[in-house]
Amino acid sequence: MRRDSGGRIDRDTTLRFTFDGQEYTGHPGDTLASALLANGVRQVATSVKLGRPRGIVSAGGEEPSAVVQIEAPFPEPMLPATTVELYDGLVAAGLPGQGRLATEPDPARYDAVHAHCDVLVVGAGPAGLAAARAASGTGARVIVVDERSEPGGSLLGTRESVTEPGADDVLGPQEVGSGADWAAATAAVLEAMPEVRVLRRTTAIGYYDDNYVVAVERRTNHLGAAAPADVARERVWRIRAKRVVLATGAHERSIAFAGNDLPGVMLAGAARAYVNRYGVLPGRRAVVFTANDSAYAAALDLADAGVEIAAVVDVRPSPGAAWTAGARERGIQVLSGHVVTAAQGDGQVSSVLVGRHRPEAGAAVGEQELAADLLLVSGGWNPVVHLFSQSGGTLRYDDALGTIVPDASRQAVEAAGAAKGVFTLSGCLADGAAAGYRALEAVLGRAVGERPATPRATVETPTTPGQAFWLVPATDYRSHFVDLQRDVTAADVQRATGAGLRSVEHIKRYTTAGTAHDQGKTSGLLTTAVVAHALGTTVGELGSTTFRAPYAPVSFAALAGRDRGALHDPIRVTALHEWHVANGALFENVGQCKRPWYYPRAGEDMESAVLRECAAARESVAAMDASTLGKIDVIGPDAGEFLDRLYTNMMSSLAVGAVRYGVMCRPDGMVFDDGTVIRLAEEHFLVTTTTGNAATVLDWMEEWLQTEWPALRVHLTSVTEQWATVALVGPRSRELLAELAPDLAVGVADFPFMTWREAEVAGIPARVCRISFSGELAYEINVTSWDGLRLWTAIMDTGRVTPYGTETMHVLRAEKGYPIVGQDTDGTVTPQDLGMSWVVSKKKPDFVGKRSFARADTSRPDRKQLVGLLPEDPSYLLPEGAHLVADAELPAPPVPMLGHVTSSYRSAALGRTFALALVKGGQSRIGERLYAPVGGALVPVTVTSHVLYDPEGARRDG
Amino acid sequence: MLLISCPWCGPRDEAEFHYGGQAHVAYPDNPAALSDEEWARYLFFRDNPKGRFAERWSHSAGCRRWFNAVRDTATNEIHAVYRVGEPRPVTS
Repeated sequence: MRRDSGGRIDRDTTLRFTFDGQEYTGHPGDTLASALLANGVRQVATSVKLGRPRGIVSAGGEEPSAVVQIEAPFPEPMLPATTVELYDGLVAAGLPGQGRLATEPDPARYDAVHAHCDVLVVGAGPAGLAAARAASGTGARVIVVDERSEPGGSLLGTRESVTEPGADDVLGPQEVGSGADWAAATAAVLEAMPEVRVLRRTTAIGYYDDNYVVAVERRTNHLGAAAPADVARERVWRIRAKRVVLATGAHERSIAFAGNDLPGVMLAGAARAYVNRYGVLPGRRAVVFTANDSAYAAALDLADAGVEIAAVVDVRPSPGAAWTAGARERGIQVLSGHVVTAAQGDGQVSSVLVGRHRPEAGAAVGEQELAADLLLVSGGWNPVVHLFSQSGGTLRYDDALGTIVPDASRQAVEAAGAAKGVFTLSGCLADGAAAGYRALEAVLGRAVGERPATPRATVETPTTPGQAFWLVPATDYRSHFVDLQRDVTAADVQRATGAGLRSVEHIKRYTTAGTAHDQGKTSGLLTTAVVAHALGTTVGELGSTTFRAPYAPVSFAALAGRDRGALHDPIRVTALHEWHVANGALFENVGQCKRPWYYPRAGEDMESAVLRECAAARESVAAMDASTLGKIDVIGPDAGEFLDRLYTNMMSSLAVGAVRYGVMCRPDGMVFDDGTVIRLAEEHFLVTTTTGNAATVLDWMEEWLQTEWPALRVHLTSVTEQWATVALVGPRSRELLAELAPDLAVGVADFPFMTWREAEVAGIPARVCRISFSGELAYEINVTSWDGLRLWTAIMDTGRVTPYGTETMHVLRAEKGYPIVGQDTDGTVTPQDLGMSWVVSKKKPDFVGKRSFARADTSRPDRKQLVGLLPEDPSYLLPEGAHLVADAELPAPPVPMLGHVTSSYRSAALGRTFALALVKGGQSRIGERLYAPVGGALVPVTVTSHVLYDPEGARRDG
Repeated sequence: MLLISCPWCGPRDEAEFHYGGQAHVAYPDNPAALSDEEWARYLFFRDNPKGRFAERWSHSAGCRRWFNAVRDTATNEIHAVYRVGEPRPVTS
């Protein structure tokens, strides 16, 4: 219920929200959790495996229990109610451990920022603010990130106050006011400095090499439907820092006892925060169960706010006198040397069983039942060491503190304050300031002379050591929960150790403890302790599981940022693209390139369009946009020698004016790429590559040139984008070219196959190559990209040329048995396997791949070789990827696989379907019948030569 | 995200670079003279130490130059960067 006053909420404004179908109200400054508690809602969710009722355990991002689904304004799954800032119109529902992704597209924008700074401070609690203040003001660039809506950290949830040392000795020390006021004032001072940036609602999620920290800023999530559409909802900060101070605070941990998952069982510090920060009483009558002093502060704050404290149950035989005195002043009984043995109630806590702690007896004795609707628990505090551990830092178990603390890191980072195991306010303020100064001095490379005195806590109650206490002994551990989110109990952990597991890493995977969205923030060390108890060892001996990024759940949308939809990957189009679009082309993605796939006419499907395009290329004249082929200028006195080393065939012997097809292999002899090489001048070659491999081939060439042959005088330049290329194909291509290029001698003798000429085509300066990827008489006309559209339009405006796309190109080349690297090859195929022994030079002493052709493996007779396949049913189209077997009936598994179909098409020229395939010993199987198992049937096919059309090459010259 | 000092461009984010495996594995002078086993060693065998490792990087989204680095594979610390053709520096 809501207190009459107090809390950092705006009581003058009322926010309406809906939870599990019920309408409620809250105030700005509330979280969904605090608003639910204010409305008396105790059960928020049900557990994932056991379906047990679950309530609110914490007041922050460590929440292991109260997981909700946001329904409106935009669906978002699996958010802890403790981190959802309340806004008007919020609709949410409790979750049974699993959320639901939105089905509609996320309309919000997400973006990312790269930032550099001298000192990054993670956490704006007392230590973080003190560190930031120490590090700033001398010009060092400081970034402070904090996950909460306002700075102050733990100060927001306590009644502590801070005293600033006086500006001069005359005034003396001045109490600034509440700790939260001090935090706000300090943050304001920092924000006023031009070189300091304070990021609220920003969670550092990952700490990577070389002080690279990734943080996610939630910019408009808390505004609900009022979020402006032009502001990114979330922003990823990629921060490279010279020094990092991790002031990430500490998480309170629970104690394992029976029924410790009932709604109404809450961490003591969280209850204190609900009272002080949110003005909410999380219950009416509370029992406090603790093993350290901090829960007394919670008990006193709750008592002063009007909650009846039935008892403070302290496992320690002699708790600190100062704190017990405070309790007794308020009439609170302190049961020292006692434990809570069970929380009881139907759906929520209604009573608590308390007994005298008798570890040697195996169970508590003298149990009594205390009526209570709230049970506060404090098993101690765990420094938030996640980021420190991710940085490569080592951790150690501190026996005195009873927890894991940062030890050493190889990166320029240090933990400060509670994150380091300093648990007093004055200690955190001093430690943070010291860390800030150390970071500054490291950045400046010199000592900072004058250091103003640091602020301190106004009132500090002396503390006594806590006791590392984890598990209340019992005979039945089946409701002693360690991980609420994963429904893991101490009994489950004991079953794991009983099965022989010893490592906490293995037990984590076996029990799933610590693997939920909260990643075991409150349960990890408790799990280790229960393991230690079962194995008779210590927490320090076992250590913790590895801390991995992300520290907190991150939405994929934030990580994707602007890189989605059309911006996910660059879209590359050719100079002719607008014509293709205007003329109804459908497109195929080849790498990043959009290539026309086919140009359907009204009423045509893909099959009929492609058959028509193929027929035009074989019988008349057709044209294709071939601009996307990779093009690389290879220039220099040693260009020929360079290409000789990379291609399997000889390139240095190529005459100026001539063109040669070439294959490149990797050193292991496997085909890497193919294309044509044309010699433009004595020291200037132009190499073409497959479309998808253009960048890879250039990288490959650069690698060999720079790392193996730096003495070669060669320069490599990508010119793919600089040229537009039109393939003009078909028996009537010569007469069309003659019309478009009247000055070009196009006769067979004047312009033979595999040569190139410079000429004006349609009035545009062009380089015309007589090469063919279809077996037909064909030309490739290259003009500058600026002129590409003009050339293409001139060709099309003749009205006699059929445009065709990549599908037709594939059919035409496959009919001729020309392989496509990456489709008919897969990195295990040699040129010889492709039936191209002729492209492998016998004369050259060496080239990349040559030595491998002498390996036994590359001359195995059962290598997979490229062959053609004719389905016996000439209308049957084999699926690409289909396997091939020898027998008409499948033998018992394992069935010997002979190969697979790599390309499969309907051929207009052949009047039937056909395929290419890689088949074991394929070249010696020509004429054999094989079978393709497809959909339960065995489809008979006949093996043929891979060259199915015009094997004599009669059509090449038209 | 490593911060890698390109010998030509200075410190840049790892995302600008391409990894190239072990350094100082030269293409053999005369592959034809090698036994199958020696050739297979060149093709398929590389060191995989825990600790300092000389390896190749390419500043592929920057100056496009290849260079070498000595990186500790256990800690990701880069102890030296040097240009192609230069000997591996002594980094102890």
